[in-house]
Amino acid sequence: MTDVIKEIEKEEMRDSIPDFAPGDTVRVLYLVREGTKERIQAFEGVCIGRKGGGLDETFTVRKISGGIAVERIFPLHAPTVTGVEVVRRGRVRRAKLYYLRGRRGKSARIQEKRQAR
Amino acid sequence: MPGLIGKKIGMMRIFSEEGFQVPVTVIEAGPCSIVQVKSEDQDGYQAIQLGFGSKKAKRASRAEIGHSATAGLEVAPSLLREFPIEDGAEYEVGQELTVEQFEAGDRVKVTGRSKGRGFQGVVKRHGFAMRPASHGHPMSRIPGSMGPGTDPSRVIKGKRLPGRMGGTRTTIRNLQVVRVDGERNLLFVKGGVPGARNGYVLVSK
Repeated sequence: MTDVIKEIEKEEMRDSIPDFAPGDTVRVLYLVREGTKERIQAFEGVCIGRKGGGLDETFTVRKISGGIAVERIFPLHAPTVTGVEVVRRGRVRRAKLYYLRGRRGKSARIQEKRQAR
Repeated sequence: MPGLIGKKIGMMRIFSEEGFQVPVTVIEAGPCSIVQVKSEDQDGYQAIQLGFGSKKAKRASRAEIGHSATAGLEVAPSLLREFPIEDGAEYEVGQELTVEQFEAGDRVKVTGRSKGRGFQGVVKRHGFAMRPASHGHPMSRIPGSMGPGTDPSRVIKGKRLPGRMGGTRTTIRNLQVVRVDGERNLLFVKGGVPGARNGYVLVSK
């Protein structure tokens, strides 16, 4: 990638990237447009992976909604993603938690990360 | 307004105000000086000749240096291209054209030399259908029949066959300008543009 594009991408990127990693339970606030009205909706679930780099970075959030698993992919730098709050830090040993897809209930739990003091 | 000569920088995405992701090609366009104004009386047609980039004095011929000196340029441009115009009175030799002539929302034509693909078969080159991949078919990308047989007992001219693909002058029309960066002479055009990165492109309205 050329330096010019890197430079422009840097300008387009959001200033403060929320600090979260795969395994964390996050609450994503994103803008929904219904006709002319705009409102903010939350999507809360486990971040099961971050993908790509720079302006193109995305993250996947998985949650169980009414017994049905829902996964949503958000572009990290999209203006429609207004905020990402970390609800709980999880302790995981890999970068992509795709193994959660085959699991449910007890085996799909993630240990909470213990903060080093 | 005629157009500009530019260099393809590469592609990236831009988020629109509505939150959509727009794929864009970044073109470094201009500033281009008008090196010559061609007129009906003298040249038989109306056009302006634009210069882009610069050539080392060591590399430029005397003719090139002399030609660009008439436009008040110290160094010879690395590329000269003509753009047709309607009224020669608007333009003067030495005048500089920049990306400011474009606005976000404009529709433009972009011309470039497409990437060379080498010798390609008929499936890639002309979009012929392949044989089915399964159900006992031999896999194949052959061109198939050449046409009718005994009558006319020749292959009709223009029959699409394998051969060299790409590396030709290609124009994409109706591309939307998404953003103009006058400071860095950048033009953001929605979608792809012919040619490889660092290739020359012509942008016109």
